[in-house]
Amino acid sequence: MKGPGFEDIATFFTGTVRVWLRNALVFQKNIRVNLIPPFIEPLLYLGAIGFGIGAYITDIEGVSYVRFIAPGILAASVMNASFFECAYGTYVRMYYQKTFDALLATPITIQEVILGEILWGATRGFISALSISIILLLLNLASPVGLLIALPLSFLAGLLFSSIAACFSALSPSIDTISYPATLFIAPMFLFSGTFFPLSLLPWFVQGLALIFLPLTHVVALIRGLLTGGPNPFWILNISWIVLGTMVFSFLAIRLFERRLIV
Amino acid sequence: MKPDVIEARDLIKRYGELTAVDSITFSVSEGELFGFLGPNGAGKTTTMKMVQCVSPRSGGELKIFGEDPESSGRSIRKRIGVVPQETNLDTDLSVFDNLAMYARFFDVTPDDAALRARQLLEFFELEAKMDTIIEKLSGGMKRRLLLARALMNRPELLILDEPTIGLDPQARHHIWEKLLKLRAEGHTIVLTTHYLDEAARLCDRLVIMDHGKILVEGSPQELIRTHIGMDIVETDNIREVTVFLESAGIPYDSGGDTIQIRTQKPREIADMIMERFQGIRVITRPGTLEDVFLLLTGRRIRE
Repeated sequence: MKGPGFEDIATFFTGTVRVWLRNALVFQKNIRVNLIPPFIEPLLYLGAIGFGIGAYITDIEGVSYVRFIAPGILAASVMNASFFECAYGTYVRMYYQKTFDALLATPITIQEVILGEILWGATRGFISALSISIILLLLNLASPVGLLIALPLSFLAGLLFSSIAACFSALSPSIDTISYPATLFIAPMFLFSGTFFPLSLLPWFVQGLALIFLPLTHVVALIRGLLTGGPNPFWILNISWIVLGTMVFSFLAIRLFERRLIV
Repeated sequence: MKPDVIEARDLIKRYGELTAVDSITFSVSEGELFGFLGPNGAGKTTTMKMVQCVSPRSGGELKIFGEDPESSGRSIRKRIGVVPQETNLDTDLSVFDNLAMYARFFDVTPDDAALRARQLLEFFELEAKMDTIIEKLSGGMKRRLLLARALMNRPELLILDEPTIGLDPQARHHIWEKLLKLRAEGHTIVLTTHYLDEAARLCDRLVIMDHGKILVEGSPQELIRTHIGMDIVETDNIREVTVFLESAGIPYDSGGDTIQIRTQKPREIADMIMERFQGIRVITRPGTLEDVFLLLTGRRIRE
C-alpha cells in the first residue's frame, strides 16, 4: 500500500484547522464570558497565596515567594484551561451537542476532529498563559524575555494536557465520571508539582513519583527557570517528557475515540 | 449507463452478538425518492449510517456513486447531505453562521457559502431568522434549518433520518412540500420513517424493514395492491360477527375491538354484515400502506 502523499497531508491539516476554527468561532461568540476567568483566577492566587501567605515566607531559591509561585500559577492555569476544555468541553460537544456527529457527516474524519479538539484545548491554555503574562508584566513579577519564551512553551504544554484530557473524555461513560481524573489526577498535580513550594522539600521517592507521573512538574520547572532566571539543568528532560507525552497521548486519544465513535 | 447512486448487496451490520442489519439488498437510482419504512429497531438508521460512510459494514457489498465507503469515505461524504435524526445544530451560533460554518467543511468558499445560505434560507422560509440564535427556533424551524444545512454542499444524494419526527402537522406538511419540490428538481433522496402517511405520500419506491431484514420492496401503490387487495371493510369485533364470517368462508383479521376484512367486493360484504347485525359499525375504505405494514410486521408493541 502507498503511504500518504503531500495532498493527503494537506487535506488532513486543513480538516484539523477547520475543526479548530469551529471551536474558535463559538468561543469568540461568548468572548466576554470566556475571557474574564483567565484574568481573575491568577489574580486571586497571586493575591491570597503570593502576597498574603507569602508575607510570612522568606525568599525561596533566591526570589521572593510571590515571584517564586508566579511561574507555578502560570503553568497550573495552562494545565487547568487545557484539561477542562478537552475533558468537559469535548465531552459536551461529543455527547450532548452532537457536534461530532455533525462533523463526521462532512468530509472531516474522526482523526481530524480529535486533533482539532486537542489543538483547541492547547489554544485555551495559551489564552490563559497570555492573560497571566500580561498581569505578571504589569506587576513586574517576571522577566519579559522569559515570558516571551514561556508563551510558545505554554502552547506545547497545553497540547500535552489536552491530549491527556481527551483520553479521559473518550473513556468516560458519563460526564460525571470525568470528575475522577479531575480530583484524583489534576488536583494533586496542581499541589505537588513544585507549584507552591520546591519539589526538593518532598521525600525523595515522592519527588521521583512526581517527576514520572505528574507532567506539570516539568512544565513548572521549565517556566520557573525562564521567569525567575534561575538555573534548570534538566530542561532537556523536561521538554522531552512534554513532547513525547503529547505524541503518545494524542495517538491514544485518537484510538480511544475511534473505538468509541466508529461503530 | 450511469451506476446506481446506492447499491447494496447482502449488506450486514453486527454489533457484537446483535445483527442490526441482516443481509439486505437494495439499490437507489438517480432522481429517486426512496424510503426505508419500519418499526423502531428495524435497522433503518444503522443502514443510513453505513450509506453515509460513518459506520463501517460488517459484511456484504456497498457502493455509493459506484465507490466503496471503506476506501473512499471522504470523497463520498463530500457529495452527500445528511439530515440526522437528532438535531445537532451549533446552539451557540446564529442560523446564518450555522450554515456558513458547515459549508467550510466541504471546501465551499465563504462567498459562495453566503450566497448559498441566503438562497436556502429563502427556500425554507427562514430568511427572517438569519441572525437568530438556534435556541430561539421552534422544532419545525430547526428541522428546516437542518435540511438547509444538508443542502449547503449541493449534494448529489440527500439522506434524511426521520425528517419529521416530533413535528406538528403543519410543520410536517411544510417539510413534505419542500421535499417534493427538491425531488422535482432532480435530487436523489433517501429517507427513513415510521410514519406511513409520510412514506405513502413521498416515496417513489420503498422497502419495509423489520428485525434487520427487508420484507418487501415496491412503490406504495404496488405494495397495497399486492398485499392488501383493493379495499378494507372494518367492523366491530363481536363474537356473532366472527362466527358468521367463518361460516361464510370470509377471511378476516382481528385486532383489539376491530375486525378487518381485505376484499375486492367491499360493498357486498358491508351490506351482508349490516343486514344481519342491526346498529353495527361498518366502514369500507381503500387499503393503505398502514395495512401492509401491520400485516407484515404484526401488531405487537415494539420497545
